[in-house]
Amino acid sequence: MFSFCAEPKTLEGVTWLACYLTTGKHIAFYGSFITVMVLIAITAPVALLFGFGGATAARSTIAPLRWFGKGYTAIVRGIPDIAFFLFFVIALDQAFEFLRHKVLCPEWTDPIRQGNDFVVCSAAKLPLSSSPQWVHETYGFFLAVLTFAIVFGAFAANVLYGGMRAVPRGQLETAEAYGMSRRQTFWRILVPQMWVYALPGLSNLWMILIKATPLLFLLGVEDIVYWARELGGSKTQVFSYPHGDWRLYYFLGLLVFYLALTKVSEVALAKLMARLTKGQATMGGEAQRKAVAS
Amino acid sequence: MKKLLLSAAVLAMSTSFAFADTVRMGTEGAYPPYNFINDAGEVDGFERELGDELCKRAELTCEWVTNEWDSIIPNLVSGNYDTIIAGMSVTDERDEVIDFTQDYIPPSPSAIAALSDGINLGSAVIAAQTGTIQAAYIAESGATLVEFATPDETIAAVKNGEADAVLADKDFLAPIVAESNGELVFTGPDVSIGGGVGMGLRESDGELRAKFNTAISSMKADGTLNTMLKKWFGDEIATYE
Repeated sequence: MFSFCAEPKTLEGVTWLACYLTTGKHIAFYGSFITVMVLIAITAPVALLFGFGGATAARSTIAPLRWFGKGYTAIVRGIPDIAFFLFFVIALDQAFEFLRHKVLCPEWTDPIRQGNDFVVCSAAKLPLSSSPQWVHETYGFFLAVLTFAIVFGAFAANVLYGGMRAVPRGQLETAEAYGMSRRQTFWRILVPQMWVYALPGLSNLWMILIKATPLLFLLGVEDIVYWARELGGSKTQVFSYPHGDWRLYYFLGLLVFYLALTKVSEVALAKLMARLTKGQATMGGEAQRKAVAS
Repeated sequence: MKKLLLSAAVLAMSTSFAFADTVRMGTEGAYPPYNFINDAGEVDGFERELGDELCKRAELTCEWVTNEWDSIIPNLVSGNYDTIIAGMSVTDERDEVIDFTQDYIPPSPSAIAALSDGINLGSAVIAAQTGTIQAAYIAESGATLVEFATPDETIAAVKNGEADAVLADKDFLAPIVAESNGELVFTGPDVSIGGGVGMGLRESDGELRAKFNTAISSMKADGTLNTMLKKWFGDEIATYE
């Protein structure tokens, strides 16, 4: 990066450190922080959407929809994350390729499963093996978002289901007494009030999601923990910047990052809780009313 | 919906590239001097130089991909990349799942490194990387095996006392022992396990395998492979006739 970094092994002290911390590998490390933040930022709303769908389905009056909602939360919550990430993602990727293969290469006669091998025609590869590496990485990233959203969506569905059931029955009865339809009661009375009951559970999920990103490496997405381990490992003279086992320092850096992220989240969630509590028939809402009145 | 649009966009982009004959070379990137990620963030090492030369001779366009050692075979057979070039010894168990080219590193010994010479290998706790021939060897020998996901962690385990010794390819351990200022030493005799190191390919990829076999043969014939071996592993490495 700097012009004086051309001969790393002759450097010492601060200049060595300046060059060391700006190597291409370190830039990739810094970039992975952005990858992780973007992943969380996309995954959280998508998972919430999946959760909302799951919870709504679970309390549907239509039996198959209800079974689907309940089955989704029960099955996904029961499977260990790591198994889900290893098996499901490969299966999902192969399903996409299988569909593309059927559409794009109808003239192909060889079997797709050849012993252990999964072989589709080269036009059906996803991404194509000729596409540049960043396309593969982006594809892996979105597979990761989808998998995370399905896993965390199941947990969120259960939390939201509980939140919906926690809304006082009297609220819904009053809505019905005013002549609201089921749909109106759901959207106008139940949904606005359920968040305050669901938020503690959802904030737990958010915290767990922040820390679950090392699972990304199973999908070939290089996250901060992968880079910290890779950079911190001892380096022999083959490398431009040889050093001993520095993993401790890198992991301390990650500790600071995660603690900072947790702190910011806590502050934001506390503000959100205060806003959601406003005017609600809960103890918190009651306390707010009294504080204003006195 | 947003995700659908985005993946559709990715799809559209990826289909617009021409169908060139790109071979994706899968490696671990954590096993110097065989293969490692250099400070510029690129795959480097003996296998990088070898692979690039083989691709040139076979007239293939190659792209380098890294993958964790643990899942390196499953991702090959499911088609995420086309070759494994990661210091993988040819063994019968692996040969049942994938195919190998002829070896490009002759059979070379494994060795045991420890903090001091003369540990009792029968009762010692020995570290090795998961899914390697060394791990299988220790498991059979009766010593206590502790497995780690990366080669670097096996060394760290010995240095911090978690394990008494580490068993790995001698060519991997040699520079580490030499640069440890006497902290690590080789102990006991070398251990001969495994055949040579070859490239792994899908069993259904016979054509690609033939191309690489031809390229390796030509590098053996004109001596460039021997030069390359000596450059990365030092003069003591076994070479081809």
